[in-house]
Amino acid sequence: MIELVHLSKTFQVSDGTVEALRDITLHIERGDIYGIIGMSGAGKSTLVRCINMLERPTSGQVIVDGKEMNAMSASQLREARRSITMIFQGFNLLMQRNCLQNICFPMELAGFKKADAKRRAMELLELVGLPDKAKSYPAQLSGGQQQRVAIARALAINPKVLLCDEATSALDPNTTHSILELIKEINQKLGITVVVITHQMSVVEDICNHVAILDGGRVVEEGLVSDVFSSPQSAAAKKLVFPSGVDETLLSQTDGRRIRLVFNGAQVTGAPIIAKMAVDIGVLANIIAASTRTIDAQAYGNMLLDIPKDSEQFDRALEYLSAIPNVIAEEVKD
Amino acid sequence: MFTGLFSSESLQEAIGVLQTEIPFAIWETFYVTVLSTALAIVIGLPLGVLLVVGEKGGVCPIPAWLLKALNVVINLLRSIPFLILMIMVFPLCRLLIGTTVGTNATIVPLVVAAFPFIARLAEGSMREVNPNVIEAAQSMGATPFQIIWKVMIPESIPSLISNATVAITTILGYSAMSGIIGGGGLGKIAINYGYYRYKYLVMVVAVILLILLVQIFQSVGTHLAIKSDKRLKK
Repeated sequence: MIELVHLSKTFQVSDGTVEALRDITLHIERGDIYGIIGMSGAGKSTLVRCINMLERPTSGQVIVDGKEMNAMSASQLREARRSITMIFQGFNLLMQRNCLQNICFPMELAGFKKADAKRRAMELLELVGLPDKAKSYPAQLSGGQQQRVAIARALAINPKVLLCDEATSALDPNTTHSILELIKEINQKLGITVVVITHQMSVVEDICNHVAILDGGRVVEEGLVSDVFSSPQSAAAKKLVFPSGVDETLLSQTDGRRIRLVFNGAQVTGAPIIAKMAVDIGVLANIIAASTRTIDAQAYGNMLLDIPKDSEQFDRALEYLSAIPNVIAEEVKD
Repeated sequence: MFTGLFSSESLQEAIGVLQTEIPFAIWETFYVTVLSTALAIVIGLPLGVLLVVGEKGGVCPIPAWLLKALNVVINLLRSIPFLILMIMVFPLCRLLIGTTVGTNATIVPLVVAAFPFIARLAEGSMREVNPNVIEAAQSMGATPFQIIWKVMIPESIPSLISNATVAITTILGYSAMSGIIGGGGLGKIAINYGYYRYKYLVMVVAVILLILLVQIFQSVGTHLAIKSDKRLKK
């Protein structure tokens, strides 16, 4: 659906040039939810803006749905942009229009009939769960509700691609989770290809199938989320998977085998699973690194455990941990 | 200067003027101010919008020399004192109105003085519009005209209204000055009685009425600006 070929972008600044993107080649499948993750300044926002030509790439090609975006005239580009919509960190709603008028906005631009636009806008408000907010103004809504209106607006003219530029970065964890669920639902129901730009690992873990890790304007790692996360290769990827760092002293001291646990909404609050494992099956695990958080009494994130080398103990531990619902346990090899 | 301000003689004269000349003078001042402001907005608002959208990296860039020229002309007109400007636009006045004296003739210098001022105020309002919202509209395939007409102007309505209020009160002050070149209104009465004939009480009455007019314009403007702003939670 989206093809980026040797894409580069250089900015002229007062003291020379900045290479924001360097030779990026990516392929995003139709119907996929694709994450692009990186620290601030890695070039994510520039990359996503190259997809709809809000930023013109310095060199390389952008092909969306078989059409070469960088070769289009201004009016062809405006037409193409109607099938590539975008949601933003700051929601970017029109503050002087109510929700219904905001959702009607892209339809007005495209020349829809007023009555048709209104009908469709009401359907979309229903879809994003805010049917009673049609007459409310954005300033009267919470951040999560504003983002829902922005999503409804983005869906108004049946896009093929939805670009999410840090769409949940301004929201609290609970709201983030519900917005991500909504995006996932839209992806499944409507088959829209979704590109998610974020600096939060949790967002990628939650909804993405594929991920590309961006560092210094380059793609340093790319592939299935489960592959990239279970054995991060690059320094940037390791830092993202375990933001608080891996305890290197602990790593070098032990010669055990390692298990990576992924919590995907596991009901583990109030049940200390590592301690429980020691009691239940007598395996003592060392926590090398952990990055977890709890949303609605469910755990999300991941944890790296060190298990004594004894293969019988390791197998028991792996089996024990795998049996916990919504927890994925897998061995990590260097 | 103010001795005998309230002597029975001057009181009587003031009451006389209040009954005969003042009602029409209030109307003249009101009419000149509102009409001049309206015409100045018609010229100044598009110019102010152009100053912002025409910039490099703006919604609809225009050649850099043209933008520079616009800025120079606006600054030039704004730096001429109004008293001098009134005299300098006499030829234009004759061309458009056919005369240089009278109430209608003062509308020409007022518009010439006010439209660059309004262009700057409108420029300020346009710059307040969140650039991310403009980017969002671009991402939806909006044309430059749609961005100006459906995003920039509607989003800055509260700011435009409060700036229009600043403009109308300033123009009211200028219109009073035009009494010197034979324009009508409260300014003429203040100058004719106070400056030429030492009838200070009449001048004071005219000034008080000018102050009242400014207060009314300002209160109405502030009220409308707040009422129109949907960003305020109600």
